[in-house]
Amino acid sequence: MSKRNRYLFGIHAHPPKVVALFYQAVPFLALIVVYHVTSSAYLAANPDGKIFPSFTMMLESMKEMAFVRDVRTGTFTLWADTFASLFRFGSGIVLAAITGLLLGLNMALFPGMRLIALPFVTALSIIPTLALLPILLIVFGIGDVAKVSLIFLGLTFFIARDIYTMTLEIPQELLVKAQTLGASELALVYRIVLPLTMPRLIEAVRQSVGPAWLFLIASEGIAATQGLGYRVFLQRRYLDMATIIPYVIWITVLAFAIDRCLALAVRYLYPWKQ
Amino acid sequence: MTINHRANAGASGQAVSRLGAPPPVVGDRRDGLLEVRGIGKSYVGSGGEKVVFRDISFEVSKGELVALVGPSGSGKSTLLKIILGQERPSSGEVLLDGEPLGYPDVRRGIVPQHYGLFPHLTIIENLMLGDRLSSGWLTWRRNYRALRERAEVFLRAADLAEHREKYPHELSGGQQQRAAVMQALLKDPAIVLMDEPFGALDPGTRERMQVFLLTLWEERKKTIVFVTHDLEEAVFLAPRIIALSPYERETRTVGTSRIVYDRVVRDPLEPLATESKKDPRFTETIEAIRDIAFEPDRERRISNFDDKHTREFNATIGD
Repeated sequence: MSKRNRYLFGIHAHPPKVVALFYQAVPFLALIVVYHVTSSAYLAANPDGKIFPSFTMMLESMKEMAFVRDVRTGTFTLWADTFASLFRFGSGIVLAAITGLLLGLNMALFPGMRLIALPFVTALSIIPTLALLPILLIVFGIGDVAKVSLIFLGLTFFIARDIYTMTLEIPQELLVKAQTLGASELALVYRIVLPLTMPRLIEAVRQSVGPAWLFLIASEGIAATQGLGYRVFLQRRYLDMATIIPYVIWITVLAFAIDRCLALAVRYLYPWKQ
Repeated sequence: MTINHRANAGASGQAVSRLGAPPPVVGDRRDGLLEVRGIGKSYVGSGGEKVVFRDISFEVSKGELVALVGPSGSGKSTLLKIILGQERPSSGEVLLDGEPLGYPDVRRGIVPQHYGLFPHLTIIENLMLGDRLSSGWLTWRRNYRALRERAEVFLRAADLAEHREKYPHELSGGQQQRAAVMQALLKDPAIVLMDEPFGALDPGTRERMQVFLLTLWEERKKTIVFVTHDLEEAVFLAPRIIALSPYERETRTVGTSRIVYDRVVRDPLEPLATESKKDPRFTETIEAIRDIAFEPDRERRISNFDDKHTREFNATIGD
């Protein structure tokens, strides 16, 4: 086996840790280099151009957003936007997780509940959620309720179906054993099945982080006075790429951090989950 | 390897006696007599109605250890599930101490082959689950220390004390099954049902588990119905064997399962060691049951499958 094969090619490649880290960084570094070259060439030809701002221009713009009070609102724009968005994001996702969990559990365990709720939940989960946005804006106005509702409607039925499927996968032997140990129906649901489904719920929420941001940014872009999505769409009017690009990166960092926190939560809160 | 479960039960055997006095046998409702009366089970599938068995009747006395054996598809696990209340019979009824049985409850303990323990609970929490589920929060808090001490006694009896804070996946198969047996016993059910509990274990662990179970049974005199397809295990463990079989010896056809063997095969008080497996009486019993319940299956398989394929193979290679 050649040395080159050992580091990169072939199904038996096993690069050392440092090399593996380098491989992982390559696409990011490549993107930065390509952007830098493009931006430099663009700015050389258009000194006042806004389409491909330099990293320095982006940094200046973000400094202003993060550390200079807005004269109109009296707040630090980046942090106010972040707080507003995270509040909507968190409210929507927590409400969806609780409702989805309860729906999924009860549909899986109680045949009557399944008959009533499953076709309805399945039908609702097929509706393209973004198509509901105009309806929600008309009904709830441009406040937070419409945005939280959009996230809630977009995620609840997905989470409910995921928990439903997972609950059905719990071995029947465990449920029967719990009954022989004295579990009532209520205890079976909330003492046995609920703890067993919690890691899966967090996984379902992790998978929902992407769609939840999509719903949030879309709803903020259409009607809001604050928020990360609102700012991105607002600055688009001024072709202010020096603000838009860092905002998009910031949204990505937040989503990544939320994802990692949820992954760590599963690892530390549920060590039995292998 | 020879293990005498009386003389050489080891730490497990000695500790079992520390579980406290066995519950009284006579006059205690919790140590009931199991009556299976005319049980039948059939399914309606795409090929019409499939009758698994019909008119199965037997009784199990207090303190008896009965092995329910039969070839695959004979319905022995289905019968156990019916006794447990997990499945409904198509006909007949199951009585415990004269009372008809319904859905699973604390009167019947179960030790399944897989998923005997709750994966999200540590071993000590698994053992205490029965107490937790049947106590209100206040009672639980008040009695926690005593309940935990009782669970610890059972843990020590199963040589699992050092694993109390581990999760089931951190234990070996044998350790998990010992914990599962103790979990079922701690609830003190009237009857313990075991569905091939040692089926997934390696031969050495399996033999140790058989001795562990025999020792426990002799100490506690629990009523146990033990389902297995392993005849050697059944005859070693159980003084009484019930065999289910779907085979018609006369016509050599597969039909509806029925009881083809129900006998006391040894004195429950007879000293037993794993060495007993070499005793001619032991092998004769196994052969007798195999001949009645299992042998037609082998003959059918050889004539219809092996032989046909041997001929086809020979024809293909032109031999």
